[in-house]
Amino acid sequence: MDKPLTPGGQAPAVIAVEDLHKSFRIPTHRVDSLKERIVRPFSARDYRDLRALDGVSFEIRQGEFFGIVGRNGSGKSTLLKLLASIYRADRGRIRMAGRLAPFIELGVGFNHELTARENVVLNGVMMGLTPNEVRRRLDAVIEFAELGEFAELKLKNYSSGMLVRLAFAVMMEADADILLIDEVLAVGDAAFQQKCADAFREMKAAGKTIVLVTHEMKTVEEYCHRAMLIDGGKIQHLGEPGEVGRRYLRLNFEREAANSETTPEASEEVRLLDTWIADEAGARLTNVEHGEEIHLRFELEALRDVHGIGVGFIVANADGVGVFQFGIPVHKEDGSTALKAGERVHIGAAITNLFVPGRYFVHCGVNRNENGGIALYVHDAVDFVVFGGTEQANGIVELPHRIEATVEAGERA
Amino acid sequence: MNAEGAPAMREVHGPSALGGGWRRFFDLLWLISVTEFRRVYFGTVLGYLWSLIRPLLLFAVLLFVFTRVFKLGSDEVEYYPVLLLLGIVLFTFFQESTTTAVTSVVSQEGVVRKTQFPRLVIPLSTVLTGAFNFCLNLLVVFVFLFAFGVEPMWSWLLFPVALAALVVLTAAVSMALSVLYVRFRDVAIIWTVLAQVLFYATPILYPIGIVEDETIERILMFNPLAVIFEQVRVWMLEPSAPTAAEVAGGRVWLLPATFVFVFICAFAVWIFNRDAPRIAEEL
Repeated sequence: MDKPLTPGGQAPAVIAVEDLHKSFRIPTHRVDSLKERIVRPFSARDYRDLRALDGVSFEIRQGEFFGIVGRNGSGKSTLLKLLASIYRADRGRIRMAGRLAPFIELGVGFNHELTARENVVLNGVMMGLTPNEVRRRLDAVIEFAELGEFAELKLKNYSSGMLVRLAFAVMMEADADILLIDEVLAVGDAAFQQKCADAFREMKAAGKTIVLVTHEMKTVEEYCHRAMLIDGGKIQHLGEPGEVGRRYLRLNFEREAANSETTPEASEEVRLLDTWIADEAGARLTNVEHGEEIHLRFELEALRDVHGIGVGFIVANADGVGVFQFGIPVHKEDGSTALKAGERVHIGAAITNLFVPGRYFVHCGVNRNENGGIALYVHDAVDFVVFGGTEQANGIVELPHRIEATVEAGERA
Repeated sequence: MNAEGAPAMREVHGPSALGGGWRRFFDLLWLISVTEFRRVYFGTVLGYLWSLIRPLLLFAVLLFVFTRVFKLGSDEVEYYPVLLLLGIVLFTFFQESTTTAVTSVVSQEGVVRKTQFPRLVIPLSTVLTGAFNFCLNLLVVFVFLFAFGVEPMWSWLLFPVALAALVVLTAAVSMALSVLYVRFRDVAIIWTVLAQVLFYATPILYPIGIVEDETIERILMFNPLAVIFEQVRVWMLEPSAPTAAEVAGGRVWLLPATFVFVFICAFAVWIFNRDAPRIAEEL
C-alpha cells in the first residue's frame, strides 16, 4: 500500500476542537422509577463522576485522513460522539466546516421493517440531504450495494452480508465533506474489506476529510496522514501514525504491568498476567488470516501454593456461540503438579485457523484438579479477527472437506 | 491563521430537540410518519381496518350500554350515537398517539445513541402517524353524520380550530411523556391508568351539561379536552347545545382549562429542551 504523505500544512482546518471536557455521571444506584424517586428522594445523589475527556484540543485539516486510537475506555468513542453531535460537551468548543456524516456503526439507522429503498431515503435525509436529492441517487446506491433485485425486500429478510453492503453504499453516497468512522473496518469478509479499502482510497483522492477511530494500528499506519493517541481522556501524542502506533503498543504494555496488582483478572489463588495472539515469530496480532495458524499465548502466576491446576479455553464467535474448547493440565518437568506462590505458568497453543471470517473471543478458565472447583474464570481474555478465506457467509467454521459432483448419462439418453 | 478561501467554520453544539435545521427536521418528521403509516396500512392483511375496528367496537359496546341499558342517549341528547362516535374517534387519536409516544424515544435507542438525530422527531412522528389514521377515521364519522341526518352547517368550518387545539395538546403530552420515560420507567403504567381516567372525565359518554352538581361540572371543565369536546359538539352537531363557556359557568371558568393547556405545552417544551441533549447518555 502507498504510504501517505502529509497534506501541506497550509490546508485550512475543517475541525477545530478546543479544550473539550466531558464527564458522565455514573449512578451507583440507578433510580429507574418515579416510585423509587419518591420513596428515596435523595438517592439520586449517589453519583460517581467518570471523566471521559479532560481538556482535549486539536485541529484536523481539509483533506486529511486522521486516525484516533486508544484503548477501550480511553475516551476515543466519547470524542467521536461529541464530534457527531450525539453527546453534548460539558466545556470547550467544537467548530466544523462543511457537512458531516457520522458512521458510529454501519446500518444503525436502518429500520428492518422497511424495504432497502425506503431505508436509503430515510438514511439520506438523516444525513442532511433533501428527499428529492436522495431519490435521485437512489438507483446509484442500490447498484453500488449490488442489491438491484432486492430493493423492494424488507431488511429483515436480508442476510448480514447484504446489510453491510447496503450500509456501506449509503455511507459512500452521503457525499459529506467530513466522514466520522468508528471501527467499521472490523466487520465483513475479505471481499468487503477490499471494497472498503478501495472506497477509502477514492475518498482520499477526492479530498474528503476522514476521521477514523480504531484500535487497529495496521489500518492507521496504512491510511492515515496523522494520528492521535488518547488515553485517560487526554491526548498522549499527536503526529506521525508510526510513532503513534509505537506509543500505543508501549502504553498497552505499561498499563498491563502497572495494573497487574489490581487487575480483576485474579482470584485468591491465581492471577492472569496476559493473554495474547501472536504470529510465528512471537509478535502480537489482532488479525489472523484464515488458514494460518493461530498462536495463543497465556501467562499465569500462582498467588499462593496450589495443588494442581488445569487451564482451559473457549473460543466463542461474535454471536456468543462457543466454537471450540481445549485445555491442558499443568505439570512441571518432573511430573509434579503443585505450584508454589510466585511461580509462573506459560501456555502456548497453536490452533489451525478453520474459523470463518469474523470476530472471536477467547474465554479462559483455571480449574483445580482436586475438588474440581474453578480457581479463575476470565471472560473475553483476548479477542481476534479472522479475515480472508472463504466467501461463505454461513456456518461458524470451515471444515476441511472434499467435494465432488458427477453427472451420469441418463437411461433415456 | 487560515489561508484565504478557508471554509467557514460553525459551532457544533451537540444534540438538541431540533438538531440540524428546520428543513431536515420537517423532512424527517414527514418521511418517518408516512413510512410508518404505510407500513401499518399495508403491512397486515386487513391494514387500515384494524385501526378502525377498535374504535368502532368500543362504539358499538358503549352505544348498546348507554341506549339500551341506561337509557341515557336517546332521550336527553340529540344525535347521541354520532356524538359518541365523534368523541371516541377524537379520544382514540389522543390516547393512541400519547401511549405510543411514551416508549418511542426508548425504543429508538439505537438511533438515538448512535446517530445525530433530531430528538423531537421521534415523539412527534407518532403523533403525525396517529393523525393520518385519525383523518381516515373522521371520514367514517362524516358518513355517520350524514346517515343520521345532520345538516351541514357553517360552524363545521370551525372544526379545524378544535382539531388544532387537540393536536397541539396531544403533541405536548407526547413530548413530555417520551422524555420522562427515559428516566422513569413507571411513567408508561401511570399513563395507561391516567388515560383511562381521562376517558371518563372527558365528555365522551355523556355531555357535561347533564351532570347535576355545578361544582363537579366546573371541575370537569378544568380539563382542556373537555372544553374541546364540548365545543366540538356545538359546532358539529347541535348549535343549540350549551357552549363550552356556558357549561363551565361563564367565560371566566374557561381560564383554568386554558391555564392547564398552556402549562402542559410550556412544561413539554421546557423538559424536552432540557433533556434532549442528554437522552443518549441516559439510555
